[in-house]
Amino acid sequence: MNPKFYRSHVLICTGTGCVSSGSNNIKSRLTAKLEESGLQDEVKVVETGCHGFCEKGPIVIVYPEGVFYCQVEADDINEIVEEHLLKGRVVERLLYTELGTEKKIPAYSEIDFYKKQHRIVLANCGRINPESIKEYIAVGGYEACGKALTEMTPEEVIAEVKKSGLRGRGGAGFPTGLKWEFTRQTPGDKKYVICNADEGDPGAFMDRSLLEGDPHRIIEGMIIAAYAIGADEGYIYVRAEYPLAIRRLEIALEQAREYGFLGENIFGSGFNFDLKIKKGAGAFVCGEETALMASIEGKRGMPRPKPPFPSVSGLWGKPTNINNVETFGNVPDIIRNGADAYRAIGTEKSTGTKVFALTGKINNTGLVEVPMGMTLREIIYDIGGGVSNGGKLKAVQIGGPSGGCIPADLLDLPIDYESLQEAGAMMGSGGMVVMDETTCMVDVARFFLQFTQSESCGKCTPCREGTKRMLEILDRICSGEGREGDLELLEELGDHIVSTSLCQLGGSAPNPVLSTLKYFREEYEAHIKDKRCPANVCAGMSAAYVIDPETCIGCTACTRVCPTGAISGERKQPHVINSQLCISCGACAEKCPVGAIAQG
Amino acid sequence: MKSLEELRKLRAELEKELAARNSEGKPKIIIGMGTCGIAAGAREILQAVLQELEKRNLDVITTQTGCIGMCEQEPLLDVELPGKERITYGKVTPKDVERIIVEHVVNGNVVEDLAIARLEEGGI
Ligand SMILES: Cc1cc2nc3c(=O)[nH]c(=O)nc-3n(C[C@H](O)[C@H](O)[C@H](O)COP(=O)(O)O)c2cc1C
Ligand code: SF4
Ligand code: SF4
Ligand code: FES
Repeated sequence: MNPKFYRSHVLICTGTGCVSSGSNNIKSRLTAKLEESGLQDEVKVVETGCHGFCEKGPIVIVYPEGVFYCQVEADDINEIVEEHLLKGRVVERLLYTELGTEKKIPAYSEIDFYKKQHRIVLANCGRINPESIKEYIAVGGYEACGKALTEMTPEEVIAEVKKSGLRGRGGAGFPTGLKWEFTRQTPGDKKYVICNADEGDPGAFMDRSLLEGDPHRIIEGMIIAAYAIGADEGYIYVRAEYPLAIRRLEIALEQAREYGFLGENIFGSGFNFDLKIKKGAGAFVCGEETALMASIEGKRGMPRPKPPFPSVSGLWGKPTNINNVETFGNVPDIIRNGADAYRAIGTEKSTGTKVFALTGKINNTGLVEVPMGMTLREIIYDIGGGVSNGGKLKAVQIGGPSGGCIPADLLDLPIDYESLQEAGAMMGSGGMVVMDETTCMVDVARFFLQFTQSESCGKCTPCREGTKRMLEILDRICSGEGREGDLELLEELGDHIVSTSLCQLGGSAPNPVLSTLKYFREEYEAHIKDKRCPANVCAGMSAAYVIDPETCIGCTACTRVCPTGAISGERKQPHVINSQLCISCGACAEKCPVGAIAQG
Repeated sequence: MKSLEELRKLRAELEKELAARNSEGKPKIIIGMGTCGIAAGAREILQAVLQELEKRNLDVITTQTGCIGMCEQEPLLDVELPGKERITYGKVTPKDVERIIVEHVVNGNVVEDLAIARLEEGGI
C-alpha cells in the first residue's frame, strides 16, 4: 500500500519553550478545526522539537510552502486554517518581522536568525517528529550506524572520527577519536559508553533541546561509539529536571529496540548493545565525568583524582568512554558523509560547528548552531540582530561559570577553542550572554562565582575555601567596602585555586573573575577607590550624581568644579551629568546655588 | 534490522511520508483557491488531484494560491515542472485532472486544449 499522501504538513513546535507558551493548546485547536473543515485527510499535524527561537514561540511551520509563523496563539488557528490551508493565503501578521527593515519574512530559510547558521547537529530539530523513528529513518537516520557496523571495522570508525577533527563539546574540547582509541586499546571484555546530559550550566539548554528534538541522533552516535570501543552497555545520564527529554528518550529507546538498532546482533553484524537512562539529581558537579560515574554507581557524586582516566578505569572500574550529548550528535554525520566533508566546516583545529545559547541584552535570543571560527560580531549582529533597546555592547560572557568575559573591542575574535582560551574565556558548554553598558562587570563575576561556590562539592580546600574568600572580597567590593590590595589578592587566590583544585569546577571557577579583572580592571578600581559603580548596578555604592532639569537654572557653576568634566550643558539650559564619568565626589552639588544636584 | 540494504529500502518508503516538507526540484500543482475558485468547485479539483497523486504514488507538491483575477476561468489549476514555464489550465473539471497529471506532470507534455496561459519560471 502506498503511504498516506498529505498535501500539507503543519509542524507545531512542542519543545519545552513552546509548550510553556501554549503549543499543546494550539495543537488540539488545530486538530479540531481541521476536522471541522474536512481537511483531516489532506493536512497532517506533526509535533516537532525546538527550533531554537523559543522567544518567538509557539512556532508553527506550514509545508509545502515552508511558511514560518511565530507567536501563534490558539485564537489564530481559525485564520491559519481558513486562509492558508483552505485558500492558500499566507497570514501576514503572524510572520517574522525582520529587525531594521521591518519586513515580513515568510520563509524559514530567509529569516536573519537562521540564514548564517549551519545546522548539522540541530538539522532535524524542528523538522521531524522526535517521537517517530520513521521520520528519523526517512531523513537518513541510522544509515551511519548501519555503515559503521556492516562496512567498517572499529579501527576504521575511530580513524574516521580522528580524521574529522571532532573535539568534545562538553567543555574541555578533547579530541573525540583519540578518547575512543584509548578506550578501545585498554584491555578488558566489559566496557561502557556514557552520554553526559547533565547540563548544569545556568542558561545552557542545547543538550536538552537536542534530546527533545532529535533523540535518535544521540542514540545512533552512541551505538557507533560503542561499536568502535567494543562496549555492549551504555548509559545516558540526564538531569531529572528534564522530564520531556527523558520521556522522548524513553520512547526513542523503545523504538530503537523494536527496529533492532539496539539489542542483539545489530544489522546482522554480531554486535550487541543496549542503553539505559540514569536520572541525575542535578548537582552541577555531577556533570564532571568521575563524579557522574560515581553517581551512576549509586555513590555520592564527587570527583576523584585523574589518572586513572575513565578510558582506563571508569564505571565499576571498567574502561569507559564518556562524551557530551552534542559530541555524539556530530558522529552520525561524520560517518555518513565522511571526515573530509566534516573537516571542510570550521577551522583547522576546531572543525565542525558549535551550538550556542544566545541570551542577555540581544534582540534575537535562542539556540544557534554556527561553524567554528565565525566571529563574535557575526553571531551577535547578523544572527542575534544586535544589542537590544539600542544599547551599546560592553562584553560577551562565554562558557558559563567556567568561562570568561570577552570585551566589545575583541568583537572580531573567531570563536574556536584556541582563540577563546587565549582571550581568557572558554568554549564551555556554549553559553553566550551579551552585556551592554548597564551591566556591572564586578557584579557579573560575582554572580558566576556565587554559582560555582555554592556548587563546590567541598572535597578540596582551594575550591571550597578559596572560592568563599574570593566571594567575600567581591561582596565587599560591590558594597563599597573594597580595600587597597583586594584586586591583587583576588588574582593570587584565583591563580592558586586554578592550579590546585582537584577537578575543573574549582579549576575554572575563578575564570569569570580573572577575565573581568583582565579587561575591566578600571571598573573594579572605581568600586574600590571612588566607591562608585560605573554601571550604577551595585546597591550601597555611591551612585552618580544627577541634575534635576526642572530646578537647574543653567548657571554653569557645576561644570567648572567637576574634576572629570562629567557635566555638560548650554548656559541657561538644564545641564546633565554623564554617569560613566561621574566619580561621585559631590563637588558640583556643593556649588549648585539652587540645590538642583543630588545623588541618584 | 538485518542489513543496511533493508534500512535503505525502508527509508525509500518512509521518505514519501515526508515529501511535503521538501519542495525543492519537484513538480508543483497549484490550485486557485480564492472565494471565486472555491465557489466554482476548486475544492473538488484539489481532492481529485490528491486522489490521483496518491493512486499513482507521485512525489508532487500541491499548493494553493488566492484569486488571480481570472475568475471567469475558474477553477484554475497550474502545473510547474522544475525549470519549465508554469502552465495555467482553466475551467478544469475533476475528469480533466487525470489527463493533466498523466500527460503533463508524468510525461511532460502540456495539455494544449485546456491550457489558457503560460508564465515564465518562478512567477506567481
Ligand atoms: C564541574 C563540571 C561540570 C561539568 N558538567 C558537564 C556537563 O553538564 N555536560 C558535559 O557534557 N560535560 C560536563 N563536564 C565535562 C565532563 O567532565 C567531561 O569532560 C565531558 O563530559 C566529556 O565529554 P566530551 O569529550 O564529549 O566533551 C563538566 C566538568 C566539570 C568539571
Ligand atoms: S575542585 Fe571543588 S568541586 Fe572539584 S573536587 Fe575539589 S571541592 Fe569538589
Ligand atoms: S550648578 Fe546647578 S543650576 Fe548651575 S548648571 Fe549646575 S546644576 Fe544647573
Ligand atoms: S521550544 Fe519551540 S522554538 Fe524552542
